[in-house]
Amino acid sequence: MLLAILVILPFVLGGAAFLCRTGPAGRGLLVAGAGAHLILSVAAVFGRPEALFGGILLLDALGGLFLLLTSILFAAAAVYAVGYLAKEHGDERRDFQEGAFFSNAPQTVFIACLFFFLGSMTLVTATHHLGLLWAAIEATTLASAPLIYFHRHHRSLEAAWKYLVICSVGIALALVGNILLAAAGGAGAPDTESSLYLGDLLARAKTMNPMWFKAGFVFLMVGYGAKMGLAPMHTWLPDAHSESPSLVSALLSGALLNCAFLGILRAHQIGVAAGLADFCSPIFIGLGLFSMVTAAVFIIGQGDFKRILAYSSVEHMGILSLAVGLGGAAVFGGMLHAAAHSVTKAMLFLLAGNILAAFHTKSSHDARGVIRALPVTGILWVAGFLAITGSPPFGIFLSELTILKAALDAGRFVLAAAYLGLLGLIFCGMAVPVLRMAQGPSTPHIDPGPRGEDALSVGPPLVLGGLTLLLGLYAPSFFSDLLTRAAALASGM
Amino acid sequence: MDMISLAHAAVVPVILANLALLASSRLVTCIRLVALQGAVISVTPLIFESGPLTVHTAVLCAVALGLKGVVFPLLLHRTLRRVVVRHEIEPYLGYPLSILLGILGLLASLWLAGRLGVPAGSYRSFAAAFAAILTGLLLIVTRKKAFTQVMGYLTAENGIFLLTAVLAPGGPLFIELAILLDVFVAVFVMGIAIHHINRQFDCIDTDRFCSLKD
Repeated sequence: MLLAILVILPFVLGGAAFLCRTGPAGRGLLVAGAGAHLILSVAAVFGRPEALFGGILLLDALGGLFLLLTSILFAAAAVYAVGYLAKEHGDERRDFQEGAFFSNAPQTVFIACLFFFLGSMTLVTATHHLGLLWAAIEATTLASAPLIYFHRHHRSLEAAWKYLVICSVGIALALVGNILLAAAGGAGAPDTESSLYLGDLLARAKTMNPMWFKAGFVFLMVGYGAKMGLAPMHTWLPDAHSESPSLVSALLSGALLNCAFLGILRAHQIGVAAGLADFCSPIFIGLGLFSMVTAAVFIIGQGDFKRILAYSSVEHMGILSLAVGLGGAAVFGGMLHAAAHSVTKAMLFLLAGNILAAFHTKSSHDARGVIRALPVTGILWVAGFLAITGSPPFGIFLSELTILKAALDAGRFVLAAAYLGLLGLIFCGMAVPVLRMAQGPSTPHIDPGPRGEDALSVGPPLVLGGLTLLLGLYAPSFFSDLLTRAAALASGM
Repeated sequence: MDMISLAHAAVVPVILANLALLASSRLVTCIRLVALQGAVISVTPLIFESGPLTVHTAVLCAVALGLKGVVFPLLLHRTLRRVVVRHEIEPYLGYPLSILLGILGLLASLWLAGRLGVPAGSYRSFAAAFAAILTGLLLIVTRKKAFTQVMGYLTAENGIFLLTAVLAPGGPLFIELAILLDVFVAVFVMGIAIHHINRQFDCIDTDRFCSLKD
């Protein structure tokens, strides 16, 4: 029952959001709903509830890990949203980039879509039916497009439209992949029963038609890869991340990309079981490296600090793909990396929101002296930069090191060198704008808001920053156990 | 007619609709073509079902027919009435070249069907379905109007529905309905987005989208 409640609750709350007549009531519902979802998620992840509806709803360690991350990030974003929506509430406002006037979407719509977004992501993590997994991932696109278009001006509309079209089409290809995968079990013969239950597909993997599986896998990789932000299918990502409200960017980057990754991992599980890991690995490694190269190229010299964070997500999705391609111990590193990247990137986007609100610019050249103007945000901004680029002692350092070690152990020295070189390049590319923003005297015309830095705007990033530090220093046994079980599933053991 | 020849008969309008879509210059014609193709495709699960008619297939076909044949065209006509369309379809790619690519897509689909070893009974349907998916992608990439991109999405979706009927029939009904619900919401959300694009830019040409780039 727990799983069913967990999936249905956000949709019910999303409907209820439309009934909240006043602003504070809606925001209260958002925080209460996020809290309830977090409690239920923890109970589900560590309580291992039984499967429902013949395995349609089933939470394994892999889904559990991503569910936990989604729920934590949503709770942080919900608390942040209380302060954000209170400030953004109201009439027409001036666009600081072009000076034109625009209005925001109604708060009820925003909160409802946030809940629908949460509900569909929850369903992604909690199902073992690949068809339903697909439907849920498509639902995340549809629920989050209105979130990207919260500020109703032409740039966010452009971003939302690109997101809607590229991801819907990408996902359509993933559906083709699913159909081919189902047919791979029976090779399209009319009499064999086809099935998209993960368990059935794993059980039949040995007798699967390899040609059909390969065709299906390529479609799934392209389709879900587009949603995950793997280059060269990533083109929607920088636009959507830079134009949406920062708390939405945090959820897109930290939670949604992981959900698409889960779709790919499910296909990979079947591939390993079918003995076709040799076919899948080069695709993972190739797309992973290409994503890192693309990210490095676009981060260096990038002026818009939200786009820098977006390209950094492309980089980290590339690292995840690389880790899965390497297999073995790297997959454990990949799971840790997914967790550490989620919390760190969400923290950075929330901080970027604070900087944007005070400095009214997305340019790293104009937003100077952040530490002077917003001390807590500024210090966390630098710490977050160190964490995301893999400096010790944060979680990403540990995960990137694990992946490097696995590459070296496997004797893939060229790959390891390329990986290290790209990480170094990206470190330098991010250091310049981030440190330029942090230091120096602050720009004269800044607007720290009536209350300056309040708990609602710095509390959530502070907690997420604490989590990424904790991931690097100490993982409690229940969490490292979850990571180990997730890695075992992802590498098909 | 037996099952296989019925399936072959159903393939013809699907392929013709693909090519006609690539050749047509009026949005209203496009809506009708996609609706017609969708209606034909909606009943294909009946053809491919071996054995007596099940409630499952009947419900699936009825819902798909209702959505693709009635609801989508109505929604799209409504959207079209509310936006300013100065010129009809303006392709980046000329019509003859589009049709040529469409035919190449069909040949590629036939090649893929052969390569994958699709059984003879569903060979042509597989190729037609795949050609519809490619046609949809081609429409999305080569047409300027946001509206035509939605048509492309729907054509690709038609192809996917047919592909499911050919290769993987008999999944749980509520999941197939969930997928159709997704498509419905997608068309709905895209319709709203087109309305906003029209208000913002006074037209629905996506080449106006040029402010976000690196």
